[in-house]
Amino acid sequence: MAKVLVFIDNPGTALKKSSLELLTLARTLGESVVALNGELHSDVSSTFAEYGVSTILRPSAQDLDDYLVAPKAAYLAAAAENTGATTVLLDNSPEGKEIAARLGIRLNAGVITDVVAVEADGTAHKSVLAGSYNTACKANTPVSVLTVKANNVVPEPAAAPGTPETVTVEVPAGSTAAAARITAREQKVASGRPDLTDARIVVAGGRGVDGDFGPVEELADALGAAVGASRAATDAGWISHDAQVGQTGKTVSPQLYISAGISGAIQQKAGMQTAKVIVAVNKDAESPVFEIADFGIVGDLFDVLPQATAEIKKRKG
Amino acid sequence: MKIIVLVKHVPDAQFDRHLTGERYTTDRDESILSELDEYALEAALQLAEARGGSKAGNQVIALSMGPAGAVNAVKKSLQMGATEGVHLTDEALAGSDAAATSLALAAAVQRLGQDGPVDLIITGMASTDGETSLVPAQLAERLGLPQVTFASSLDVDGGRLVARRDADTTSETVEAPLPAVVSVTDQINEPRYPNFKGIIAAKRKSITTLSLADIGVDAAQVGHSGSWTTVANAEERPPRTAGTIITDEGDAGIKLVDFLAAQKLL
Repeated sequence: MAKVLVFIDNPGTALKKSSLELLTLARTLGESVVALNGELHSDVSSTFAEYGVSTILRPSAQDLDDYLVAPKAAYLAAAAENTGATTVLLDNSPEGKEIAARLGIRLNAGVITDVVAVEADGTAHKSVLAGSYNTACKANTPVSVLTVKANNVVPEPAAAPGTPETVTVEVPAGSTAAAARITAREQKVASGRPDLTDARIVVAGGRGVDGDFGPVEELADALGAAVGASRAATDAGWISHDAQVGQTGKTVSPQLYISAGISGAIQQKAGMQTAKVIVAVNKDAESPVFEIADFGIVGDLFDVLPQATAEIKKRKG
Repeated sequence: MKIIVLVKHVPDAQFDRHLTGERYTTDRDESILSELDEYALEAALQLAEARGGSKAGNQVIALSMGPAGAVNAVKKSLQMGATEGVHLTDEALAGSDAAATSLALAAAVQRLGQDGPVDLIITGMASTDGETSLVPAQLAERLGLPQVTFASSLDVDGGRLVARRDADTTSETVEAPLPAVVSVTDQINEPRYPNFKGIIAAKRKSITTLSLADIGVDAAQVGHSGSWTTVANAEERPPRTAGTIITDEGDAGIKLVDFLAAQKLL
């Protein structure tokens, strides 16, 4: 049976949803093996068992987190060679993609990013050109490396749990020599809102909020949504750059995307193409965003959003 | 310092973009210098200017790999202030995936290093067409260099660089010895516009054209034959159509919630 290596980086005391999605996907492609970096808590260990993982690999070195990417890629390459894995799955985070990039070169393996589905024969599906095309691609190398977007698989434990054995993998000596070292880390203040890239609902504001994200944030909180912004709004300094959706920001594909005060120029439309449902609120009836909205409201967001927020709170009791 | 900046010729994202041909490659007519690469070029120019600019022997080399039209990305870089341009172009390069692209670029960088060591290779955070952001890391791996990606600030002191990286939950300070590969975000600076003086000066700057033979790469290692991934199929997503559009008559917020409830999104 083909082996599928899943990279899990510093899970802490519980695996996050996207990790469970990777483990679920791995079982559809073969026998799942985990390459772990960081502590292995007992709860995480039992989750691995529930998800049918056969082996948990751990690095011989403890300092992989002190460097950017390169040593983690070296560890994963050693793990893949050790187990003979033919597929490696990683998160589609910026770091996941970079580890995948270097791993691909080390293993002479094709790398496919932004994957939303994988067939049993390894064909991966993704969208390109900001969601305007859906493509099917495949690595034509013995090993393929895939970074998988969150929210495309329903996490499901295995029918028969496994009893994973733990194996240590030697991290190649010298893998930190040509690596950038992280010399300081600051935690940013957490907003408490869901992460934009895997949020089920996104409420985004643009030029039309005119400096006041209050109504956007309040509606987001009533819906348990993430807050997004157009580039015009982040460039104006109204909201942190982390909230930017689209070309140079984050690609989102939520169930629901509510756009407020965003005109919907082509690159903004591109950033929300893959949302299942789009709602747009804009004062200008001519805004291109209304061409792609499932439900559009020509009106003032400062009237419409607070009214919707109050109504949601009322219905939710 | 000798800095190479990778500049890519990409379809303008402000218009519809298309895949073309049997192998679904990007249609590169109507292309421009990738906006994200302007930040890389600006970062390089600032580093060079802080050290006395070209008069003090600092080089900023704009390197583009692509079809004939890609020379325009190099020309714009020269107008902004790059000291020289290099255009790597060869029929055989068409359709290269990230692995094949990084192989060709690594060979080009090594070729440019023959006339004096390269200190830094700076790239944008991703191309605006492929959007994989794989190439900077693959280039670093192939050249055996440290990589610092998504830098939102960059300083060089002696033989080391210090950069800041902002992720969603953390900010990091990173250090690496030179030479290194750095990708920069659009938060690092405000790229300059070419001014009249720059446009005139660019006409006198040289652009070197390199072929695969010049960088010692075999045609089979790049393009479709050298790529490790294949696009088997591509379908244009059907355009979204407009749904219900209403004008607010004082109760649009309530109607919005009714719509969400009907869609089972509450």
